[in-house]
Amino acid sequence: MTADLATYNFAYLDEQTKRMIRRAILKAIAIPGYQVPFASREMPMPYGWGTGGVQVTASIIGRQDVLKVIDQGADDTTNAVSIRAFFQKVADVAVTTHTKDATIIQTRHRIPEQKLTEDQVLVYQVPIPEPLRFLEPRETETRKMHALEEYGLMHVKLYEDIAQNGRISKTYAYPVKVDGRYVMDPSPTPKFDNPKMHMSDALQLFGAGREKRIYAVPPHTEVVSLDFEDYPFEIQTFEQDCALCGAHGVYLDEVVLDDRGGRMFVCSDTDHCEDRREHGHVGAMLAPNQEAAE
Amino acid sequence: MSTDTQAFTGGFSDPVFQSQSVFRKLMDGMARPGSIHTVEHDAGQPDPLGAAAGAIALTLCDHDTPVWLSAGFAKSAVGEWIGFHSGATITREKAEARFAFAEPGVTPSSFGLFSLGTQEYPDRSTTLVIEVAGLSEGQSFTLSGPGILQSKTVEIAGLPEAFLRLWADNRPLFPRGVDVILTAGRSFLCLPRTTKIVA
Ligand SMILES: [Zn+2]
Repeated sequence: MTADLATYNFAYLDEQTKRMIRRAILKAIAIPGYQVPFASREMPMPYGWGTGGVQVTASIIGRQDVLKVIDQGADDTTNAVSIRAFFQKVADVAVTTHTKDATIIQTRHRIPEQKLTEDQVLVYQVPIPEPLRFLEPRETETRKMHALEEYGLMHVKLYEDIAQNGRISKTYAYPVKVDGRYVMDPSPTPKFDNPKMHMSDALQLFGAGREKRIYAVPPHTEVVSLDFEDYPFEIQTFEQDCALCGAHGVYLDEVVLDDRGGRMFVCSDTDHCEDRREHGHVGAMLAPNQEAAE
Repeated sequence: MSTDTQAFTGGFSDPVFQSQSVFRKLMDGMARPGSIHTVEHDAGQPDPLGAAAGAIALTLCDHDTPVWLSAGFAKSAVGEWIGFHSGATITREKAEARFAFAEPGVTPSSFGLFSLGTQEYPDRSTTLVIEVAGLSEGQSFTLSGPGILQSKTVEIAGLPEAFLRLWADNRPLFPRGVDVILTAGRSFLCLPRTTKIVA
């Protein structure tokens, strides 16, 4: 292991790059929701793999950290497994799948169901950091809109959506306003998770590698999903409980069971689901088996 | 020791891990304004620079970050030391400085001469590292804003008298504005531009 480590700098990035990213992170925290440009480095993985999040994690991680990596709520997808293995190799850090044991959680697409604490940092992998991009392709223009707090067009677009669909159809990457100032893209997390960003005990950092942006939401900071008085923001609700652990009020994924249309809904947060089952909670899918065994 | 040799002494003994450790405290400090952090590793900084200020300089400064020094620091070995260990150039132009270090009792006449960033790029602003007499007892201040649950009380000894007035001028510039790190020996606390301070 020592020989392996010797061929890399700790956490892969050189010290100069880490310093530059660290300075960007401090400014991002000081200006909640504002996108700080940074000189993104080539990482030994393709851009779609969360190189922005990886660079943020690499710049903050230390020997004492315990890292958790999730993709769509799961610890065992290829993306999550690869990133976890990368940091085990280049930083020799402890890793975990348990939310409560992690000091740094790098995520793609979900915020864990378990409430995060003051001792944790959530690092988001962001593909498109600019919430105004779909309105205006030019960076100089979107930057000006943020500078002048010109978010009227954003509201108009959302309202047009209501006029067409009877509701705001955006179900993920649903725009938020941070500390009453900057409109921010919460990354492609489902809007179900937006309320968890509000007044979180944990620091939230966002890294976009291809777009070269870092932004942040400090702990205990207002994060409000954009909405209208007559059309208030609503999260997705699920009629079912988790088929495996019986959890209610969590984000569920649909799983196809067979080719005869059989399907079930299960927790997207696999650690949350496993933890509940370990504590004796049983969902409908597992409960009948128990009865049969009696 | 002469000024020349003082510049080459010190530095982190284990730069990779010690700068990571100092940075994490800075990140936590900036995320939780007013929280007190203590630098564990000696940076071997020359007088009259404090231990926390020295460690912060080595952690954040390099050839991309011009550094401004207050008069007392400027006539000591501090500039050469920061230059030698970090590669940063010392500038006399406040507006060019990405970091500014001030010795105890020095009150900048205005934060406005430092870089405040622009409305489009508010991150391009100076971070001021100001040494005070103490962060454990002194005058009470109540802080509020992002990173603080309701409010937080801190005690600061030797905060320059004009500071609150300068800060009151800085706050409404948001998103522009300077960020401040107050240091006292090995301890520091952070005051990002979003923090409201009431005496
Ligand atoms: Zn479940």
